Amino acid sequence: MKDWRYWIAEQRGALLAFGIFLVMFTIYTSNHPAGLTANVVQTASNKGVLLAFVAMAQTLVVITAGIDLSVGMIFILTNCLASWLVVGTPAETALGVAAVLLAGLLCGAVNGAIVIFGRLQPIVATIATGAIYFGLALLLRPFPGGSVNEDLADALTGRLFGVLPASLVVLVMVVLVVWVPFRRSVTGRAAYATGSSELAAYMSGVPIRRARFAAYSLSGLLAAIGGLFLTFFTYTGEAAYASGNAYTLFSIAAVVLGGVSLFGGRGSAVGAIFGALAFRTIGDLLFVFDFDPLWQPLFQGVVLLFAVSLGALALFRVRNRLEWFG
Amino acid sequence: MSDTTTGGRIASRMPAFLRRADPAVATAFACIVLLLFLGGLYSPNFLSPEYILQQFKVASFLGVIATGMMLVVLLGQIDLSVPWVVAMGAMMACAAAAYGPAGAALAIPFGVLCGVLIGVVNGIGVAYLRIPSMIVTLATNAVVQGLMVVYTGGFSPQDSAPATIRYLATGFAVPGVPNAVVIWALIGAATVFALTRTSFGRAVYAIGNRERAAYLSGIDTRRVVMIAFALSGGLSAFGGVLLAGYASKAAQAMGDAYLLPAIAAVVLGGTSILGGRGSYLGTVAGVILITLLQSILSVMQMPEAGRQIIYGVVIVAMLLLYGRAPANR
Repeated sequence: MKDWRYWIAEQRGALLAFGIFLVMFTIYTSNHPAGLTANVVQTASNKGVLLAFVAMAQTLVVITAGIDLSVGMIFILTNCLASWLVVGTPAETALGVAAVLLAGLLCGAVNGAIVIFGRLQPIVATIATGAIYFGLALLLRPFPGGSVNEDLADALTGRLFGVLPASLVVLVMVVLVVWVPFRRSVTGRAAYATGSSELAAYMSGVPIRRARFAAYSLSGLLAAIGGLFLTFFTYTGEAAYASGNAYTLFSIAAVVLGGVSLFGGRGSAVGAIFGALAFRTIGDLLFVFDFDPLWQPLFQGVVLLFAVSLGALALFRVRNRLEWFG
Repeated sequence: MSDTTTGGRIASRMPAFLRRADPAVATAFACIVLLLFLGGLYSPNFLSPEYILQQFKVASFLGVIATGMMLVVLLGQIDLSVPWVVAMGAMMACAAAAYGPAGAALAIPFGVLCGVLIGVVNGIGVAYLRIPSMIVTLATNAVVQGLMVVYTGGFSPQDSAPATIRYLATGFAVPGVPNAVVIWALIGAATVFALTRTSFGRAVYAIGNRERAAYLSGIDTRRVVMIAFALSGGLSAFGGVLLAGYASKAAQAMGDAYLLPAIAAVVLGGTSILGGRGSYLGTVAGVILITLLQSILSVMQMPEAGRQIIYGVVIVAMLLLYGRAPANR
């Protein structure tokens, strides 16, 4: 096989997600009353990047065959924190941004420490830490409020050169600064190896603990970037339980749509980003078709159910019935 | 397990019933006693029979829901569709009751049936289509949410719970014991019987340990998995019906507060989240523990923020006590 065919086989999930997104977005813009204008793209990208960041965060953990059910709560916690800290002079704002990112990193590191050194199952441990993070968020913001440096917020949610949505540029930069180096590092390789088969990775002397710890910590960092952006869009902090839960669940959906295997070891954050954007566009499709917004959750759910059912197509490749049981 | 080898000498000196007890279940019950003791120090009211009976009543809703969750967890799967199946059970039962006397009579079976239906969809997805349960149940949860939002028009339904349902949740058929507790006891007894005395229960444990081996030993594993998910859906919906009777109406987000406590209760009771290991007694302990914890914190007028933090810390701490996976090879 040629090199490019290997590449396509490896990136199939991400390419599929990109395809779905492209089709959905074309339908969306062609039916939008305003058409494909810079404004429409900016709004869509601003809505999409929030989920994209959280989905990236989820991807890192899922690659190691874990799951982080606290990403939505880290997202909410950092939102509340940012509504206190990211204010004032440029220097203070920069410090505030750094503090918020550090807080996210710390939340992720706590998850990682509990899962790795406490040897608890990630699904239960992150449920519990999620409750803690939400409690901290409520402590910070018992009522919605606060403010944010509006110059920075407007700059990061506006457009560059009148056409390019700034939020999308930040997303690409985060991919280049966080994801690509991680993917190419020994630690990143180790994360994939751990996800494929922890036993085999352990036997080959792969630094399992370091890889998983890095994945959980970076996941917290990415969720914090999402939280920062939420603050930039809303100008406030709000400890909304339902919203945190929804982002956790949507991030899993986006990850699945983006071709990342929940069993670990397969997929990429880029795929998850397209999964997130596609998921958001699907949700918005109803608006351009003038449906009653009441139908949106049902439509989103049915599309999600249909998308995950496509995973069953793999059954046709099964030659031996015992392969049913993985 | 390393515990049994190191603790062997101490264990041999203990009475028989203690030796046979699962350390996780024993720890959970010890924590319940500790919580009651701490609560009693704060206020003697915590030790009064009325308070404890009231806690049992509140715990029975979570208990019914956690029973279904436990069946699924024993298989090594998870059911994330609990929140909206609970809400759907409540809404559909209340809605059916609006259709005259026949509707009122069939309200409870109808609500439960809707839950079973969703459970069957989950089961087909997990057992026959081999999609990870976390994804299928997440998707069906979204679909049910969508259905309920369309049905109610975006508002909480105004149908209040009919008298039969209210009686089921708050009445006293046996003097001194709330009906909800009786129902939980009946469901619990049936579950214990099914898990320990029937081939279905054996199959559930076998599949949780290794589905491949269970399949090769002649169990129709796919059917067992589907039945377990159907039961889980039905029990969640039934929990919703009881909740509707307790609150005397159905509300949109009424199930949201039950997903995580249900999982936590099952796991705190010593059931392995990877499946194949766990007892119903442990789940009972987990349910009571969580209900007591929530109740004591709210009686102490702890603000919501503090409650969430303590709740999370306690779960992590308890799991670190006895829920740890074995060390790396």
